[in-house]
Amino acid sequence: MAQTKPKSRSNLAKAKDAGKASSALPSSLNSEDLIDIFTRMVLARTTDERIWALNRQGKVPIAASSQGHEAAQLGSLLAAEKDGDCFLFPYYRDLALKMSAGLTPTEVMLSFMGKAGEPYSAARQFPLQGADLPNKIIQISNVVSAGLTQATGYALGCKMLGEGTVCLVYFGDGGSSQGETHEAMNFASIHDVPIIFICENNRYAISVPQAQQMAIDDISSRSAAYGFPGFVVDGMDLIQCYEATHEAINHARTQGPVLLEMRVERFMPHTTDDDDRRYRPANEVEEARKLDPIITLANVLIEQGALDQEQVDGIKAQAQQAINEATDAAEAAELPDVSTINDNVYAT
Amino acid sequence: MSVVIELPHVGESVVEGTIGKWLKKPGDMVQRYEPLVEVVTDKVTLEVPSPVTGSLIRVLAEEGETIPMGAPIAEMESDEAPPPTPPAPTPELVSLGSQSSEAPVGTTGYLVKNTAPVGPTGGGPPPEADTEVPPQVAPAVDVATVDVTAVAQVVKEATQAVAEVTASPTDSGVRLSPAVRRLVQENGIDIGLVQGTGMGGRITRDDVLKFIESGPKTGAPVIPAAAPAGPATDAGQDEEHIALTPIRRMIADAMVRSVTEIPHAWSTVEVDVTGLVALRSRIRGDFQQREGVELTYLPFVIKSVVESLKEHRTLNASWGGDKIIIKNRINLGIAVAAPDGLVVPVIHDADRMSIAGLARSLNDIAQRARQKKLTLLDVQGGTFTLNNTGALGSSVSQPIINYPQAGIMTTEAIVKRPVVRDDAIAIRSMMNLCLSFDHRINDGAESSGFLQAVKGRLEAMGPDTAIY
Amino acid sequence: MAVMTVIEAVRDAIREEMQRDSRVFVLGEDVGQRGGVFLATQGLIDEFGPSRVLDTPLAESSIMGIALGAAMRGLRPIPEVEFADFVWPTVNQLIGEAARTCYGTNGAVPVPLVVRIPYGGGIRGGLFHSQNVETHFFHTPGLKVVAPATPFDAKGLLKSAVRDNNPVVFLEHKKTYRLVRGEVPEGDYTIPLGVADVKRQGTDITIVSYGLTLHYCLEAAEQVSGESVSVEVVDLRTLTPLDTETVLESVKKTGKLLIVHEDNITGGVGAEIAALVAEQAFEYLDGPISRLCGPDIPTMPFALNLEEAYMPDTEKVVQALRKLAAY
Repeated sequence: MAQTKPKSRSNLAKAKDAGKASSALPSSLNSEDLIDIFTRMVLARTTDERIWALNRQGKVPIAASSQGHEAAQLGSLLAAEKDGDCFLFPYYRDLALKMSAGLTPTEVMLSFMGKAGEPYSAARQFPLQGADLPNKIIQISNVVSAGLTQATGYALGCKMLGEGTVCLVYFGDGGSSQGETHEAMNFASIHDVPIIFICENNRYAISVPQAQQMAIDDISSRSAAYGFPGFVVDGMDLIQCYEATHEAINHARTQGPVLLEMRVERFMPHTTDDDDRRYRPANEVEEARKLDPIITLANVLIEQGALDQEQVDGIKAQAQQAINEATDAAEAAELPDVSTINDNVYAT
Repeated sequence: MSVVIELPHVGESVVEGTIGKWLKKPGDMVQRYEPLVEVVTDKVTLEVPSPVTGSLIRVLAEEGETIPMGAPIAEMESDEAPPPTPPAPTPELVSLGSQSSEAPVGTTGYLVKNTAPVGPTGGGPPPEADTEVPPQVAPAVDVATVDVTAVAQVVKEATQAVAEVTASPTDSGVRLSPAVRRLVQENGIDIGLVQGTGMGGRITRDDVLKFIESGPKTGAPVIPAAAPAGPATDAGQDEEHIALTPIRRMIADAMVRSVTEIPHAWSTVEVDVTGLVALRSRIRGDFQQREGVELTYLPFVIKSVVESLKEHRTLNASWGGDKIIIKNRINLGIAVAAPDGLVVPVIHDADRMSIAGLARSLNDIAQRARQKKLTLLDVQGGTFTLNNTGALGSSVSQPIINYPQAGIMTTEAIVKRPVVRDDAIAIRSMMNLCLSFDHRINDGAESSGFLQAVKGRLEAMGPDTAIY
Repeated sequence: MAVMTVIEAVRDAIREEMQRDSRVFVLGEDVGQRGGVFLATQGLIDEFGPSRVLDTPLAESSIMGIALGAAMRGLRPIPEVEFADFVWPTVNQLIGEAARTCYGTNGAVPVPLVVRIPYGGGIRGGLFHSQNVETHFFHTPGLKVVAPATPFDAKGLLKSAVRDNNPVVFLEHKKTYRLVRGEVPEGDYTIPLGVADVKRQGTDITIVSYGLTLHYCLEAAEQVSGESVSVEVVDLRTLTPLDTETVLESVKKTGKLLIVHEDNITGGVGAEIAALVAEQAFEYLDGPISRLCGPDIPTMPFALNLEEAYMPDTEKVVQALRKLAAY
């Protein structure tokens, strides 16, 4: 059989509306919220860029970027924060989310450099992997989608204890193929588990495009097979992501699971070990960057009169400074104490 | 001020890079961390960030040029000083010897040293042809001879897998299990007297335990006994009979053998150890404090003895019937009075130790001998024996050689005596050395030569003698 | 004292722990309404309700993943893998994730779960209902592994496992479920993990075993006692953590060691014990360390004679003992 070139669904049809976002704010959000989340988004982007530069200097061995995913990650994070009783199970690409949940830039840098004081795993794991319990985050491994059944079990446990906690679990388009993704959704639906499955669909699982990952266009359509609602969300628009998650949290708490497919663009290769020029069409990334969620949100804030351009530039400059300080601090930090290497294999 | 920017080390022994594209041109303002130039390496294309904020004055490496890590690439004008560049990881070049560049790589291959490995989650293609020469490899094993079907046979044997007892005891030579050896050692047993009831006549642990319980045997000794072997009678009023311990029997047998087989001859010298006495008294306090062990005269004596044995090798030998067997290692036996009787632990390769080392070694074996913790290894392999009879107050001895060695020497008591020096009477600390030697191997000339050498060394000891 | 089978002891342990701590719950295929295919959880759903005795979909990997997630929240799940032969889909969540969770979070997230797994053969189970799977978990730091042989041990150890804050793989030899009966005291008692049990004292040979073969070893020891061979039988009870002290003490006393297990011989638990004894009791050995184990074939076959050829039994242990005694 002749091999047909796989179709690649693209967000680019929306490029003509690039930079435009819903201008009406949802009632649960005000300008202060947006300015704060914008500041955190800029800081996350700046951190992301710095980490890649450090990798090219040999100071950071591995990094996965969240550039292009920030609106999906921070929009949903903001909804969880506003709700106040959520628990998060992110995946390896959720740098912006994990950072913005409450880590300092220095803590993030310590994690990427594998230094003492690393917050997630005492530098035993890849960066930002392990647990950040004060900020209500667990990500045990980066075995793709292993966290989905775990999050389902966690949420089930909360329900059994009579608590109202809603779990948000994140994965990519590739992760949606794993057998356990199906098992988690199936189980969650049977028992009305309070969980939101958030798929950050950037159309690439490392190099494999969506058309070779599945025969369907809408990952969100799968939830119907398990009997719970699923939605497509514009993952480049923070306010939309916020609203969708906000609604989903209420539904999950009272009725059962929700699937949110947030469509995003991946601006960088899969990780610092990848070279996406081997498999992405030329200029695809350049075009995708026109949908930059930072630009989009900045425009919303400026349009609303919440910030002017000078203030936006000021936020960016402050982020640079914060990251410079964090880089210096982390570079100067010690490596972990070798004598602790056998600690905590078992709990007491 | 002018700041020279170098090509940074990317780590993982990548040694050079090629300038790809300059992202800034002379005259441009550059922020710290802003990318200056693209550089292509075998691992990845990297953007080199500026380490300082300033303006680019000029470019020192052109696009397309290949330069080593650490080489200057640009000059900038800046108020900041660049952070110090960490030293380059020295690329390990494989040692080549006289290897020629046509050496075959072989099916074993080799480990490439000058290239970065893959990254944690992926990596680019391997580097182009290696610039280094592969190490010399052994000729490839002829893989074709491996019989794959032999593996299949394991599957056929689907019977109970009982690990076959392959270590069956052999008849030639006595193989003793660890448990048996330990018991023999701890109890000083002559294994030749123990009957084996295990597989193939093996001496089992139980055999040894039973032997110990039943007490010493009155079986025929190895050589004719000097004492009458009458039946044990009641002691009666005029006599008291003391039963022999295994150790006492062992010593008795060994002594008889030595005296019977080896023609002993003797020689003695007087040694002026005044210098040695002074030296020791001066340093012993410090030594004790520093090393935690006492510094006796014995380490100094041993040092002199082993050096002299190196010169007079026939004293470190054994009679071989039709030849003289010279021992290459110098393993010095030191007679120790242990609670059960005389025991002679050995300092192996005593010639390789310093005086301090010998002191420590002596302390260790003396302690273990007293605590009955010597192992079989401790008492085996001796090539010459020393006995410090002087500690018991003796001034002259006639020791019995430790069979089958060539000689045994005693150190007698150190006594202050009046002696003639430079035609005047002087009070000197004097010590006699008494040597018994196997006259089959050595004559008076060799034995006296050896004694003189030891004497000379001991008399030369003084403040310049190195302890360590 | 009551006399009961292993399965009854297991059931009692689960019930008592669920009564004692409301965070304890059971999940697995057929555990609820049916009471488990071996009736290990019979009656529990009536007492505790369907949310605490959860019939899961047929998806082993999710059973483990969900149990792990619930344990991370602080519940104390007892997931069941219906047969050890079906444990493989759970291995990612059990060996890959659960074993590493405490270490990978530097102690912040303990995992208090017990996965119960019926295992072992001799019941005409063929290749997919007879497997021994213990070594894969034995070799995984972060997991504890328990393999009782008697009702008394099963109940006490299962209670301890539920109260342990670590992921415990609790292996129940299915042939012992109804074939091994023993006394079990009334009331609450626990047996600590990591402590072996000398089930028979002796002076000439040490046998180390666990699970079903423990009983064959006891029978064989009794038989050869009539031939003046005194055998000490050590039941490991827990594989991880291994009670090396009891094993070494016994070997130092007897000087000879025979290890018996049903699992394949290569790389089995016996190989580790042999290495430990050779390292730490070398001077006490009066004979080579011997192993009597399942051959290196993928599980015991279905045909009766082939199954018997595979399985260790009393007669085979007797032969091995005689051989070692004669050395």
